[in-house]
Amino acid sequence: MKKNRLVRYLFPLAAALALGVLLLIDPPAGRKAAQVTLFSFKEMLLVIPPIFVLLGLLDVWVPREKMVRFMGDKSGLLGILLAVFIGSAAAGPLYGAFPVAAVFMRKGVKFTNLLIFLGAWSTTKIPMFLFELSALGTGFAVTRLLVNIPGIIGIAYALRLLLREEEVNALYARSAAMEEG
Amino acid sequence: MVFTYVFYGAAGILLGLSLVKDRKKTRTALLKAWKAFENILPQFLAILFLAGILLAFLTPETISRIIGRKSGWLGVVGAALVGSVTLIPGFLAFPMAALLLKNGAGAMQIGAFVSTLMMVGVITLPVEIKYLGRKTAYLRNLMAFGFSFLVALVIGWVVP
Repeated sequence: MKKNRLVRYLFPLAAALALGVLLLIDPPAGRKAAQVTLFSFKEMLLVIPPIFVLLGLLDVWVPREKMVRFMGDKSGLLGILLAVFIGSAAAGPLYGAFPVAAVFMRKGVKFTNLLIFLGAWSTTKIPMFLFELSALGTGFAVTRLLVNIPGIIGIAYALRLLLREEEVNALYARSAAMEEG
Repeated sequence: MVFTYVFYGAAGILLGLSLVKDRKKTRTALLKAWKAFENILPQFLAILFLAGILLAFLTPETISRIIGRKSGWLGVVGAALVGSVTLIPGFLAFPMAALLLKNGAGAMQIGAFVSTLMMVGVITLPVEIKYLGRKTAYLRNLMAFGFSFLVALVIGWVVP
């Protein structure tokens, strides 16, 4: 893993270089870009650590059988509700949810519940909802929430229908392999 | 932002409990947490740089021009596209959306913008593909994009 560290960081280095070039050819735009980057970087440092600590604890302490029972293939409505709830209780940007999804797969969470969890994380997060409520008003925020909940469940099941069994299995196998990486 | 502190509190308490119960397991948990983070860190960093560069060009004025109240369905499409390619934290995006509404953007357009902003992530696609695979990631984003038009329609209908 150490050997290809440079290769892994090639992409962010190139992006940083692009920012540097922008700073040279268009200083005002470059400064603004640097500001936004710094701001999001701070956000990441603030929001991400507890997510990953909780993730590690979940991985170590919650046995697979429990997760399968509550959110696995036969979990039914409870699994769906839990997926919506856990996703909505999350904090942080959507890209923080994908590593959680990988652990969920390893723990045997049903694929549609996983997609519902991602959908909830992306758009029905409670802290964001409260913020939306105050910024854009009750009509806007509540309407969006009411359309979104059936929407993310619908998208999850539609997406599952479009994927073949082997494709889903391959994803689960890959997330299991990721643990060693 | 209160929720971030709730998360810190929860992580802290559970970490303490874990430490009391089993030191070794706690070590493993923290190691796993770090590994999961380091695994994705390069992509996170690249995303932050790209998002910064993109936002330097998409000023509120530019966005306002694309998605004004009179922009109609073309404006909704434009708003959905802008929301898809930008990555703005919600606590910045909502006041910005409110500002745009005040400055003449339509509720329908803002509905599409907010919806794709949160559900569709073009910049974060490489990360998503890494965990969910190409097909699932593309399909999820495409469906969320399409769904955002329904959200826009309902919001345009309910919100004056």
